[in-house]
Amino acid sequence: MKPTNMTTIDFLSRSANEGFARTAAACFTAQLDPTLEELEDIKTAVSEGVTNAIVHAYPDTLGRVVLRLRLFEDNSVEITIRDWGVGIADVEQARTPLFTTGSEERSGMGFTIMESFMDGLRVRSSPGKGTTVVLKKKISRRAGGPK
Amino acid sequence: MPVTCEQADRVMILRLTGEIDHHRAKELMIGMDRYIDTYLPRELTVDLSGVTFMDSSGIAVLLRAYRRVRELEGSLRVAGTPAQAAKVLHAAGLSRMIPFD
Repeated sequence: MKPTNMTTIDFLSRSANEGFARTAAACFTAQLDPTLEELEDIKTAVSEGVTNAIVHAYPDTLGRVVLRLRLFEDNSVEITIRDWGVGIADVEQARTPLFTTGSEERSGMGFTIMESFMDGLRVRSSPGKGTTVVLKKKISRRAGGPK
Repeated sequence: MPVTCEQADRVMILRLTGEIDHHRAKELMIGMDRYIDTYLPRELTVDLSGVTFMDSSGIAVLLRAYRRVRELEGSLRVAGTPAQAAKVLHAAGLSRMIPFD
């Protein structure tokens, strides 16, 4: 399926960019005429994914994070968050609720929230090479909304 | 002011405002710790009605306050939770530990 629109945002793993990334994702997805709740779901999931990249991928250094947003004809959005950081040795373990290797500002619930707020979550990672998280969400078509 | 406090006789309300994410979590934790350590609440209410966004970093912020208040043998509840933050707390199963409305 070819996207009807896409954008890519490339930024440094500074925590100030967490708010920027989730707001940008919500603004771009607004083209699909989502409900406020759908927009907030997207903001929350992107915040978790981008924070993971900032906290875990580059623990002692600044690195590159790329957020790609693609919109599709079936009114869905695909969000890819990619980093070139330390990677995750055991993805299944990382996705377990309450598991965290982060500091006390993290709760270990990031993947659980991404999963429950979106319709799809895929994680690819190799240690030393980086991590790619792909989130998908179908946006409801509202009566009277755009075709 | 990231955290504001109202308290009398160890009954305390802490109000958090704005966006709660990893970027702001530390300053919120430090602000809350300061009030808790000063006034040693036996009843703490964390008021989230001024919160415009919260992700799982907010869970860490609330759990820290919960642990501190428990050490003081006090209780913690969360009030004024906006819909988006409530969804995060529910998804994380936090309602089993901390009552919120």
